[in-house]
Amino acid sequence: MPEINNFTMNFGPQHPSAHGVLRLVLELDGEVIERADPHIGLLHRATEKLAENKTYLQSLPYMDRLDYVSMMCNEHAYCLAVEKLLGVAVPVRAQYIRTLFDEITRVLNHLLWLGAYALDVGAMSVFLYCFREREDLMDVYEAVSGARMHAAYYRPGGVYRDLPAQMPLYQPSPYRNAKRLEELNDNRQGSMLDFIEDFTRRFPTYVDEYETLLTDNRIWKQRTVGIGVVGPERAIQLGFTGPMLRASGVAWDLRRTQPYAAYADLDFEIPVGKTGDCYDRYLVRVAEMRQSNQIIAQCVDWLRKNPGPVITDDFKVAAPPREEMKTSMEALIHHFKLFSEGMTVPAGEVYTAVEAPKGEFGIYMISDGANKPYRMKIRAPGFPHLAAMDEMARGHMIADVVAILSTMDIVFGEIDR
Amino acid sequence: MHDFQNMAWWAILWSLIKIVIVVVPLLLGVAYLTLAERKVIGYMQVRLGPNRVGFKGSLQPIADAIKLMFKEVIIPTNANRFLFLAAPVLAFVPALLVWAAIPFGPGVAISNMNAGLLYVLAIAGLGVYGIIVAGWASNSKYAFLGAMRAAAQLVAYEIAMGFALVGVLMLAQTLNLAKIVEAQAGGGFWSWYWLPLFPFFLVYFISGVAETNRAPFDVAEGESEIVAGFHVEYSGMAFALFFLAEYANMIFVSLLTTVLFLGGWYAPINTPLLTWIPGIVWLLLKTAFLLYVFLWIRATFPRYRYDQIMRLGWKVFIPVTIAWIVIIGVALETPLRAILR
Repeated sequence: MPEINNFTMNFGPQHPSAHGVLRLVLELDGEVIERADPHIGLLHRATEKLAENKTYLQSLPYMDRLDYVSMMCNEHAYCLAVEKLLGVAVPVRAQYIRTLFDEITRVLNHLLWLGAYALDVGAMSVFLYCFREREDLMDVYEAVSGARMHAAYYRPGGVYRDLPAQMPLYQPSPYRNAKRLEELNDNRQGSMLDFIEDFTRRFPTYVDEYETLLTDNRIWKQRTVGIGVVGPERAIQLGFTGPMLRASGVAWDLRRTQPYAAYADLDFEIPVGKTGDCYDRYLVRVAEMRQSNQIIAQCVDWLRKNPGPVITDDFKVAAPPREEMKTSMEALIHHFKLFSEGMTVPAGEVYTAVEAPKGEFGIYMISDGANKPYRMKIRAPGFPHLAAMDEMARGHMIADVVAILSTMDIVFGEIDR
Repeated sequence: MHDFQNMAWWAILWSLIKIVIVVVPLLLGVAYLTLAERKVIGYMQVRLGPNRVGFKGSLQPIADAIKLMFKEVIIPTNANRFLFLAAPVLAFVPALLVWAAIPFGPGVAISNMNAGLLYVLAIAGLGVYGIIVAGWASNSKYAFLGAMRAAAQLVAYEIAMGFALVGVLMLAQTLNLAKIVEAQAGGGFWSWYWLPLFPFFLVYFISGVAETNRAPFDVAEGESEIVAGFHVEYSGMAFALFFLAEYANMIFVSLLTTVLFLGGWYAPINTPLLTWIPGIVWLLLKTAFLLYVFLWIRATFPRYRYDQIMRLGWKVFIPVTIAWIVIIGVALETPLRAILR
């Protein structure tokens, strides 16, 4: 009798559903997973080590490149850490702008997740619908920071600049006629806040559209209900955070449990799941998009009524205004020192965390009083999620591995760092 | 003797002419079905689809064909060379052979054979060998999984399909496809077989989607799971043959559904205005509509999991068809017989 061996299959690193560069070694019994062994490190860029050789301001853009689908949330955690070490106060308007962009980022992230998830389960159209909405939010990113993804907009002490008074318009081009141009610019006539407000009014109907295609779809339910179940106790033990934890029925959200920025003053709910399967994780994230939309609307409302400074006036931390530099020697010296030597941060160690779209994104920073951090450690939410891959996938089939991997909302920028 | 020889030559020549008349439009149809698919799904997904080659993208299929023809067929090092190259042919040939029995109008067919239904069922079942052989010969784990899935899936759905055809057979009392269509003549769309055989109509069409490995039953390809399944190692013309076979089968399944359940070339309502339109137009219109449904399904639904497809085939379709065969059988012994026939 020949010996029957299990089938070992390499899932990735070049695989349409590997979400980047995951190499998953699957041990298969027929189509059933016996063991799933995730191999990471193919996108390792030594962000933590690089931070030790750069000034505090120079490290900031690296944060965008960690979880490259929730850029500004990463910056937020980093800025909070530096601010805590410095003991600098952030203006209220900056707090609200950060809240606004954190939530825009959450919607951006969840839209990409929903699209990719639906695509992995085989529903192609949702992917393109999600990208249609992402386009508007990307334009908001671009309007405020000049970059559509890697914004580098937050600064220790506030944000780089105030919101633009005019939303950038589409320009005439040989590839679109005047009527189409007018259509595209229709909701961009006012300020950026007008554009965002218009988006918050449209967005709930878009989410309804996605839900029509998926939520009650029999095939969708067959593919997701009861797949990759994690109970509440086990989810806490495994170090789950964010929607992964909330889908298991634990109402843990840093925005509520240890509010930062302006979250304490805003009205929103924390959606919680019941069973902790793929379907619940889908429902939680969709509900979160609706909640984020409400928070965005509240922030827009507040920002309309309350103008003010958006970055601290402590010139040891943030650069003085440009025009002042032309006349004041002191301002010029501040500027020079800040962009050459950088800010010096008092010795100490801090851990700050924000509720990033994927879960708790934390920065642990030790300063020895120099202009560079002595050590920085990044807590990426995706890492413990991916570590649970084996436990979640065991006994399921190959197609379920794709669904489970997708619900984790894996981005290798943050896992490999 | 001389006359006889002449007649034999003429018969062969005439057959060849008929084959060309069917196959050339078929291949053109396949080419433009790919364009239609990309356009239709494109508009469903708020994008444009191909619009650069030719007028509004009308030459895109030609460009694709030229590209595929000039690409190298890469044979993996450890593949079985003979089987690897034979597999696309095995998939493509049955996809063309089935067209021999398809009637395009009263008495218009390459071969108006009496056992047409059996012939079609037999030849269509052969197509799966191409897929299995391709998966095996590629010597790739992804391709192998795809082939296994295809084999299991096609067996399950072939049975359901066969039972659905038995229903048609019971009502029409003939295996000749042209006569099956003629048996549906009479009133209008209410006298076609889709009404008395509604469960069979649904089962047959859904099985047809599954047989052609189209979404949501495309687990043999399963792009997000096993990359491209059985044809993951194929390139160039070898890949193109699989592609052609898949689309030719789509057209075939739609056309056969039209012939068996939607009254073939008959107009939906028996008024002079509609019956004046040639039958072939009706046949092609109905086929085009079913093809559109194929694309519509693809843009709407997520993919089934492999075991769920099996469950649907064995535990839903086969019992439903068997039960309906019994119901039809009993009904034919009652006064309902007059209405059904």
